[in-house]
Amino acid sequence: MTGTALLQLSGITKRFPGVLANDNISFSVAPGAVHALLGENGAGKSTLVKMIYGVMQPDQGEMHFDGAPYAPARPSAARARGVGMVFQHFSLFEALSVAENVALGMNKDAIGKDLNRLIIEVSESYGLSLDPARFVGSLSVGERQRVEIVRCLLQNPRLLIMDEPTSVLTPQEVDVLFETLRQLSSEGCSILYISHKLEEIRTLCDRATVLRGGRVVADCDPREETAKSLAEMMIGTSLSFPERQEPDLGDERLVVEELSAESPDPFGTDLVDISFSVRAGEILGIAGVAGNGQVELMEALIGERATEDGAIRIDGEPVGRQGPTERRRRGMCSVPEERLGHGAVPDMSLWENVILSARTRKGIEKNGFLDLGIAHDFAREVVDTFNVKTAGIEHTARSLSGGNLQKFIVGREMLQKPTVLVILQPTWGVDAAAAADIHRALQELAKGGAAILVISQDLNELMAISTSFAVISEGRLSEPRPTGSMSIEEIGLLMGGVRSSAGKGASAGKGASAGQGAAR
Amino acid sequence: MELAVLILQGIIVAPIPLVFAAIGELVVERSGVLNLGLEGMMILGAIAGFSVALDSGSLVAGIAAAALAGAIAAGIFGILTQVLLSNQVATGLALTIFGLGLAALWGQGYSGESTAPLAKIHIFLLSDIPIAGPLLFAHDPLVYLAFALVAGVAWFLSKTRAGLILRAVGENHDAAHAIGYNVVAVRMAALLFGGACAGVGGAYLSTVQTPFWVENMTAGRGWIALAIVVFASWRPGRVLVGAYLFGGVTVAQLHAQGFGIDIDAQYLSMLPYLVTILVLVLISHNKARVSLNAPACLAKPFFAPS
Repeated sequence: MTGTALLQLSGITKRFPGVLANDNISFSVAPGAVHALLGENGAGKSTLVKMIYGVMQPDQGEMHFDGAPYAPARPSAARARGVGMVFQHFSLFEALSVAENVALGMNKDAIGKDLNRLIIEVSESYGLSLDPARFVGSLSVGERQRVEIVRCLLQNPRLLIMDEPTSVLTPQEVDVLFETLRQLSSEGCSILYISHKLEEIRTLCDRATVLRGGRVVADCDPREETAKSLAEMMIGTSLSFPERQEPDLGDERLVVEELSAESPDPFGTDLVDISFSVRAGEILGIAGVAGNGQVELMEALIGERATEDGAIRIDGEPVGRQGPTERRRRGMCSVPEERLGHGAVPDMSLWENVILSARTRKGIEKNGFLDLGIAHDFAREVVDTFNVKTAGIEHTARSLSGGNLQKFIVGREMLQKPTVLVILQPTWGVDAAAAADIHRALQELAKGGAAILVISQDLNELMAISTSFAVISEGRLSEPRPTGSMSIEEIGLLMGGVRSSAGKGASAGKGASAGQGAAR
Repeated sequence: MELAVLILQGIIVAPIPLVFAAIGELVVERSGVLNLGLEGMMILGAIAGFSVALDSGSLVAGIAAAALAGAIAAGIFGILTQVLLSNQVATGLALTIFGLGLAALWGQGYSGESTAPLAKIHIFLLSDIPIAGPLLFAHDPLVYLAFALVAGVAWFLSKTRAGLILRAVGENHDAAHAIGYNVVAVRMAALLFGGACAGVGGAYLSTVQTPFWVENMTAGRGWIALAIVVFASWRPGRVLVGAYLFGGVTVAQLHAQGFGIDIDAQYLSMLPYLVTILVLVLISHNKARVSLNAPACLAKPFFAPS
C-alpha cells in the first residue's frame, strides 16, 4: 500500500433508516491490482461500490481517485473518471437491443458510429460472443452478463468494479474471463472484484478486504489464506462444509420419457427427446451453459407448460397435462431461476408469498377460505429455519437482499416436505455460509426420501451435492452418470455441445447459435 | 365526383385532433407514465385556443395558448405523480374531471361566438392536380404539422440518443437510474410534450374544425386517443392507422345519416366507439405481442433509492 493508490477510501460512512450500512470504511486499491471485496449478504459491499460508482453518496468520509479528490455525483461522472461497473442485478433493458443497451451505459462522447462493429470486436477479442442486434429479453442470464461486461470494456476503464461476475459461467468461460481480467490488470486497469466464491478469489485476486456488518474486519492477501479461513473472517465464526453422502436409493419418483417441447420464445431452445429418472434419495444435477434449455425444461417439469401426458410421471402417475397446483398436490415443489417476479411477488409480504405456493400442501386453504394463522406461522418457520435476515414477515419480498430472498424461497419449498423437488440455480448470489446451509438442507431432504433435480451453472456446487450428473446442451440431455465418474474436462466439452455419440449436427435448434457461441 | 372528394377531404381532416392527442400520449407512455387526463387537457386546449384566438384575433396565438394550457395541466399532473408520487390512474381521472369543469367555467362568455378558420395552404401546382390535389395538398398548416409530428416522433424514438433514453426509462426505470439517468426529469419532459400536443389537438377542434365553442365539445376524443395508443401498440406510425380508422367511421356514419339510411341515428353514432372496442379486443387477443410492445414500467411509480 503505497501513496500512489488508484482509489483510496477513508472513513466512508453510509446510514440508512435503521441501519448503518457502512461504518468508517477505509482501504485502498493499487494500480493494476485485482482487489477482492468479501462479505456476507448485507455486509455492505453493494452500498460501498454504489458510492464508488456514484449511484449513492456517502454521509461521511472521502475518496481519492488517482491522487485527486473523488466524489462522483452520478454514474456518468464516475465513468468520465474511468470507473466502470458490472452490476449484480443486471441493469439491462429487455425490450432494447444489445447495441442500445451498450450505448445507454456509455457516456455520450464515447460513442462512435461503428458501435455494432466495436461491440463485435471487443466481445470476440475477450471471448464473450454477442450479437448486437438481438433483444436482451431473448438472452439467457449468462448472455446478459456478457452485455454488461462488454459495455464496461468498451469504455477502457481504469477501475472496473465487478459484482459476482462468474456465477453464471462455465468453467471454460470463467477461465476466459480470468484471462481477460489478468490482461486488463497487466495493462494497468485495477479491478474491484466482489464474489462469494472463495476459491476464485484465491486464484485471481492479490489483495482482499473483508467486510462484516458494515465494517472492515480484515485486509489480507488471499493467496496466503485458505478458503475456510476467508469464510470464517467473513461470517465471524467457524464453518463446516457439507460432506458427500452415499446415496440410499429408493423407487423412481420422477420419470421423464422422450420429452420434446417447442419453446414459445422465438429465441428459446426447443427440448429434444429428454429422458431421465430420479429415484427417492437421489440428487440429479444438470449442468449446462445458460440458454441451452434449462428454463424450458423447468417449465415443462413443474407444469407451467403442458406436454404429452405420459412424458412426465410422478410416482408412476402421468402428470404432463396437469398444472403446477395439481403437481404440488402430488408432491412436486420447485424453485425457479428468477427470484423477483417468478419465485416471489415483489410487492407482496413474505407471509402472502408463502400462501401462493404452500396453500395446498400446508393446508392454508380450506373450502375457499385462507387460514392466515397457518400462513403466518409457516412464514415465521421459514424465516427462522433458514436464517432469513428480515425485519419481519410483514415486509415485502422486494425489501430482502437477493441472497436472503433466495434463502426464503428455497426454505418455503423445502419445508413443504416435497417428494420431488426441482430447483434451478439454488445458490445464485448467496454467500458461502448460506450456500452451505442450502446444500445441507437439500441433502437432508434427499435422505428423507425425496427425489431432487438441481439445474445449475455452478459446476462446483453440482459436484459437491449431486449423486448423479448430466449435461444439457441445445435442448438435449446427456445420459445421467454417477457423479465422480466424469472429469471436469469431459463435462466442459459436453457443455460446449460436443456429444460422445456420433449423432452430431442436424440437431441445431433455435438456440444453437447461442450455445455454440458460448462454447467458443 | 365533387361530393366524393369533399367527403374524403372531411375524412382526412376529422381525425387530426386524435392524431395530436395520441402521438403526445404515446411519447408519455413510452416514458412509462400513464396520463388518463388526456380528455381534460384537450378540452382545456380547446377553450384556451378559442378564447385567445377570439380575443386577440390571431389564430396562431390561440394555438400557442392551447399548447401552453395543455402543458401546464400536464405539468401539474407531473408534479403530483412524479414528485409527490400520487397514483397515476386516480390523478389522471381527476385531471379529466377538473379540465372539463374548468373549461366550462372559462367558456361561459364564449358560447355562440365564432372565429375565422385557418387559411388553407395550397401547395403551388400540386393542389391543382385533379382529385389528388385537393385531397393531399390543400389543407391548413396544422394537418401538415400533425403528419410531420408523427414522423418526427418516430424518428426521435428510434434514431436519437434522447429517444433511446426515453424508451429506456419507460422500460426499466430502476436500471436507468442505476446507470445514471434522471428518470423524473425525462418523464416530466415527456409529459409536457404530451400535454402541449393534447392542447393543440383540442384547439384544432374549437378553432379550425367547428369553429366555435361548445361545452364538452371534445366528446370523449381523449379516451379514444388513449385507446389508439394501445391500438398502435406504442408505435408512432400505427397511430395514424388507428386515428383514421376511427375518424373514417365517424365521417362515414355522418354521411350515412345524411343519405337517409334507415337506421336510428343513435346506433350510427355508436359505431365508431363500437369499432374501437372491437379492434382493441382483437389486438389484445395476442397477449405475447402486447406484452412485448408495452413499456414495461407503464404506470409504475418510481422512487429513487438515495
